[in-house]
Amino acid sequence: MSEGLLNWKEVCPGGTVTEPGSSVAYHTGTWRSMRPVHDMEQCTHCMICWVYCPDMAIIVEDGRWKEIDYDHCKGCGICAEVCPVKIKQPHTVTGEMGKVIQMVSEI
Amino acid sequence: MVKQKIEARDGAKCVAEAMRQIDPDVVAAYPITPQTAVVQTFSNYVADGLVGTEFVAVESEHAAMSACVGAASAGGRVMTATAANGLALMWEILYIAASMHLPIVMTCVNRALSAPLNIHCDHSDSMGARDAGWIQLFAENPQEAYDNTIQAIRIAEHLDLRMPVMSMQDGFITGHGVERVALLPDEEVQRFVGSYQTTYSLLDIDNPLTMGAWDFYDYYFEHKRQQTAAFSRAFPIIEAVGKEYGELTGRSYGIFDTLGMEDAELAIVVLASTAGTARSVVRQAREEGLKVGLIKPRVFRPFPHTQFVELLGNCRAVAVMDRSISFGAMDGAGPLYLELAAALFAHGCSDVKMVDYIYGLGGRDILPGHIEQVIQDLQSIARTGDRGELVRYLGLRE
Repeated sequence: MSEGLLNWKEVCPGGTVTEPGSSVAYHTGTWRSMRPVHDMEQCTHCMICWVYCPDMAIIVEDGRWKEIDYDHCKGCGICAEVCPVKIKQPHTVTGEMGKVIQMVSEI
Repeated sequence: MVKQKIEARDGAKCVAEAMRQIDPDVVAAYPITPQTAVVQTFSNYVADGLVGTEFVAVESEHAAMSACVGAASAGGRVMTATAANGLALMWEILYIAASMHLPIVMTCVNRALSAPLNIHCDHSDSMGARDAGWIQLFAENPQEAYDNTIQAIRIAEHLDLRMPVMSMQDGFITGHGVERVALLPDEEVQRFVGSYQTTYSLLDIDNPLTMGAWDFYDYYFEHKRQQTAAFSRAFPIIEAVGKEYGELTGRSYGIFDTLGMEDAELAIVVLASTAGTARSVVRQAREEGLKVGLIKPRVFRPFPHTQFVELLGNCRAVAVMDRSISFGAMDGAGPLYLELAAALFAHGCSDVKMVDYIYGLGGRDILPGHIEQVIQDLQSIARTGDRGELVRYLGLRE
C-alpha cells in the first residue's frame, strides 16, 4: 500500500491534482476480482467489446483486436456479456465453450 | 493609527460595510434571519455599483456554499454569510470547502436551530459545524464583528494556512443591536487585506488542475493528516494579524480577551456578547475584593487548549458558560465545557473544579443577576471543595 506513495507532508493540499490526464497513472485494474480472457484464434474483430468497454481497456491496432489493458480494466464483464461470437472450439484460455471473451476469477 | 469614522451601526451592517470595503470577487448567499441584514445590505451595494463583486443569488444555502467552493476553486476571493438552519443546510459543503483548503470567509449570525422554530440567538448552529475544518472566531459586539471580518480575510488567505474562516456574532443581540463603532477608511481596508494571492486556480489554463478529485484509501488519510496539521499553524498567524490590525486601528486582537486572570482563583469562561455582561459583573466583584476573572475566547477553532491551561491551571473553581448543548454528551454539557474539560485533563489539571452553565438558548435573556449567581456558586464550590452538579441551567424555569 505505502510503497512509492507520497507521505502526508508531501501530498498536494486538498488532493489537488496538478498534472492533466493523471488518471492513466491510477491503476484501476487493482480493483478487479474477475478477469476477462480473450481467444484470438476465434475472434472476428467485430469490435463490439471495444464500443461497450467503459474504461477504454480494449486496445485495437490497425483495425484489429490487440489486447486488454489490464492496468485499467476493472473486470466489469461488459465485454464478455456483449461478445456476439459463439466459439466452435474450446476457448484457448479456459477450455470452455461459449464466447470469445469469458470471465475467470482473478484468484 | 489611522483616523476612523465613528458611526452608530448594528453588527450585521458592520459586516456588510466590511464586505463592501473588502470588495470580494464573489459573494454567493441566501438570506436567513438574522443574517438577512448582511446580504440584503451588501446586495444593495452590488446593485448600486459600489463594489465589483459578482453576487450570486442562489436557491439555498447548500447552493450558496457550493457556489463559493466553485468560485474559490476558480481562484477568487469569496465571502458569504448565513445563520442557523442555513448553516446546517451547508453542512456537506462546509467540509468540502475546508478539505480543499479554500480560504472562504463566512459570517454566521448565530441563531438557534429548529425545532421548535426560533430565530433568536444561541450557538447551536456554529457549534454544530465545529468539526468541519473551519477556523471559528466569535465577536462580542458590532465593533468586533467588523474587525474580525477584515482580519478573517488575512487569516484565511495566509499562504501557510489557506483555510476557511467562520466569523460569528450573536443574532439580534449584536446583529441587530446598534452600537458605536469605528470604521476604517476604504483604502486602509484595501491595503490591509491586500490583493488576493492565488495558489491553485481552475481558470489558470496554462496550468491545468483537477480539484476535489477521487481520493481513495491510498491517499485520503494523508490529506486528512495534512488538514489537521494546518490548524497547528493557525495561532501565530491569528495573533500576528490581530497585532498588525491593532497597530492600524488601536484595537489589537489575540486568542482571548481576559479580565483579572493574573490573580484569579475563580473564573468564568464565556463566548461572544454575554462576555460583555459578565465583564461588568466580574469587574464589580473584583472591586469588592473577590479574586474572580473572566476569559472570553475569541477563537474556538482551533481550540486554544495550552493557552487555556496556562490561564486556568491554578484556578480553584471555573464556570464555563455554553449557549448550546451537545446532546447526549456527558450530562448534556455544552461544547465549550467539553473541550475545556478535555484540555485540562490532558494537561494534568484534573483537580480544577469546573461546572457548566447552559444559558440563553433560543435567545433567552442572560442578565447580570445570573452572572452574580454563577460567582456565588463558584465561591461555594471553592469553599467546600464540592463541585456539585456538573451541568446547571441559567434563566430556566425549574
